[in-house]
Amino acid sequence: MTTVALSHRLADRGIDRQLLLLVPATVFVVALFIYPFAYGMSVSLQPAQGGTFAAYQAFFTDAYQRDTITTTLAIALPAALLNVLASVPIAYRMRGRFRGKRLLTTILVVPITLGTVLTAEGLLNFLGPAGWVNRLLTTIGLIDTPLRLTNNYTGVFLSLVITGFPFAFLLVLSYLSGIDPSLERAAATLGAGWRQRFLRITLPLLAPGLATTFCLTFVLAFSVFPSAILVGDPSGSTRVISIAAYEAAYVRYDYAGASAAAIIMGAVELLVISVVLGLRALLYTGSTAGGKG
Amino acid sequence: MTGFDRLRLDGVTRRFAGADALTDLTLEIRRGEFIALLGPSGCGKSTALNCLAGLLPLSGGSIWRDDTRLDTLPPEKRGFGMVFQNYALFPHMSVQKNISFGLSMRGVPRAEARRRTTEAIRLVHLEEHARKLPGQLSGGQQQRVAIARAVVVEPSLVLMDEPLSNLDAKLRLEMRTEIRRLHQSLGLTTVYVTHDQEEALSLADRLVVLRDGRVQQIGTPEEVHTRPANRHVADFIGFRNLLPGRFSSAFFHTEGVRVKGTPVGTLEDGGPAVAAIRPEDVTLTGELDATVEVAEYQGREIAAEVRTDDGLVLHLRTDRRLAPGDKVRIGLPADRLLIFPS
Ligand SMILES: Nc1ncnc2c1ncn2[C@@H]1O[C@H](COP(=O)(O)OP(=O)(O)O)[C@@H](O)[C@H]1O
Ligand SMILES: [Mg+2]
Repeated sequence: MTTVALSHRLADRGIDRQLLLLVPATVFVVALFIYPFAYGMSVSLQPAQGGTFAAYQAFFTDAYQRDTITTTLAIALPAALLNVLASVPIAYRMRGRFRGKRLLTTILVVPITLGTVLTAEGLLNFLGPAGWVNRLLTTIGLIDTPLRLTNNYTGVFLSLVITGFPFAFLLVLSYLSGIDPSLERAAATLGAGWRQRFLRITLPLLAPGLATTFCLTFVLAFSVFPSAILVGDPSGSTRVISIAAYEAAYVRYDYAGASAAAIIMGAVELLVISVVLGLRALLYTGSTAGGKG
Repeated sequence: MTGFDRLRLDGVTRRFAGADALTDLTLEIRRGEFIALLGPSGCGKSTALNCLAGLLPLSGGSIWRDDTRLDTLPPEKRGFGMVFQNYALFPHMSVQKNISFGLSMRGVPRAEARRRTTEAIRLVHLEEHARKLPGQLSGGQQQRVAIARAVVVEPSLVLMDEPLSNLDAKLRLEMRTEIRRLHQSLGLTTVYVTHDQEEALSLADRLVVLRDGRVQQIGTPEEVHTRPANRHVADFIGFRNLLPGRFSSAFFHTEGVRVKGTPVGTLEDGGPAVAAIRPEDVTLTGELDATVEVAEYQGREIAAEVRTDDGLVLHLRTDRRLAPGDKVRIGLPADRLLIFPS
């Protein structure tokens, strides 16, 4: 067989020189993901005392550690859900072209650039015990003692919404723009009002994108650390799993315990994402164009 | 759906950012008519259709169904069916669901909806594909789904925006016949947008020729074909020979040629004029000496480009086997040579 024929046969199976384009990504994934993961896994399985799984046993038998899972989920799931659900009507309203769209998008997206620390500072200034909101409410006599809006669950939740919403919004907007606008027009000529057009045409085509958006904002919210400390209650109601890992590593110098917490954190995220993506696979996920042309 | 006797467009105008896309379209559509909106790309055909469907608000004018004002109603309240250029089939619904969508939106009882959907699927020969998604169909099949979806609700008016422009030549001819057949057998009233003059002439009862958003001519295919209202319509409708010259004392003068023709419109004696004639109307018997420069084989006929001894270039069609370099004598019959004001 000639070399030409061989290269054709290989190309037929997707093996050709373009495969080299994947090299940087592969190096990247190995260096930044697989290696730390494997390293963390092996550290977590070599605790200072006890058997191979002692670090995991310690985590699950100690309620103070174990409960960080539910605490984190209780913050991350509602925050991710709210971010996605709040994005949908706003993005739906903004999907067309109109004057000032760029400005409005910029305003909605600016919080991305703030970072968690700046957001936390802003939240404390605005909603803290001596913040504007409380001062205003006390001045007009609506309340006597300041409302507790920071250094608790509410503070962390708000911080996650402020930083997570722009991501969710941008993603949902781009998924929506990918849906052929003539589909809704066709539905309108067939007698569908805006509610039916949204429920029967747009939403089903958008749903897979919403699932993906949910996963991404969930992951962002699940690894919450700075805001859980800065605007939360890090030893109580917002003691999230990343705090447990941090304490294990840098307070108790229990590297196996810290790695175990990190691995458990990854496993929980993976579980939630698998469930969401599993549900997504039940949806229509094909083209969102209306036909040829 | 409620039928109508007359649908009237009264001075319909649509502007985009200050530029007129459609100016003062006035037209009366009778029940059962097949109207074609014809014109080059960008002349405002889709704009007109979208205004009619309610997908674009008007900048001026009004639309009336008998005595009901329509242009203030949203599209879902007008009861028209529309076939989109890109078909706009719902990609997540089967062929069957696509077709029954309009029926369920109108609250047609389930049993009747099922019966009418099945009937519509049969009408467009898609029985075997009823359960497929649009993405699994060929272009021609998608086109048929789009048509079935629009007509199954028995709309009082069907709007079609270049429905055949994405199909290959053979399928285009087949579907053309299919559309005309459906129009007749279902007793539809149809407004059909196209840039293809042949399609418009063969399908429509009446043609509306548009240019730059303005109506140029409204007439039967025969009227438009034989008597275009001005040189722009003539150009668009297949008068490939457009000769600039002068009109004086009943004759058209150009490049040393002096011929008799049929004046159309008001011509100024001694003023500039344009003479127009179709290639198939140029004869090979006459008194103009010419040389064949290009000859294209087109099956039964030859399409040739000839140059007269005075330097005038003309296109003609003939069944004579012409070859480049042949000397011919050509004639321009006076009843076929239209003279327009320039
Ligand atoms: N949404 C729009 N915004 C601005 N200009 C438009 C828009 N839609 C159409 N036009 C303009 O209006 C004119 C007519 O367009 P259209 O009706 O689509 O033409 P046709 O369907 O005959 O090809 C064109 O010059 C086009 O550029
Ligand atoms: Mg168009």
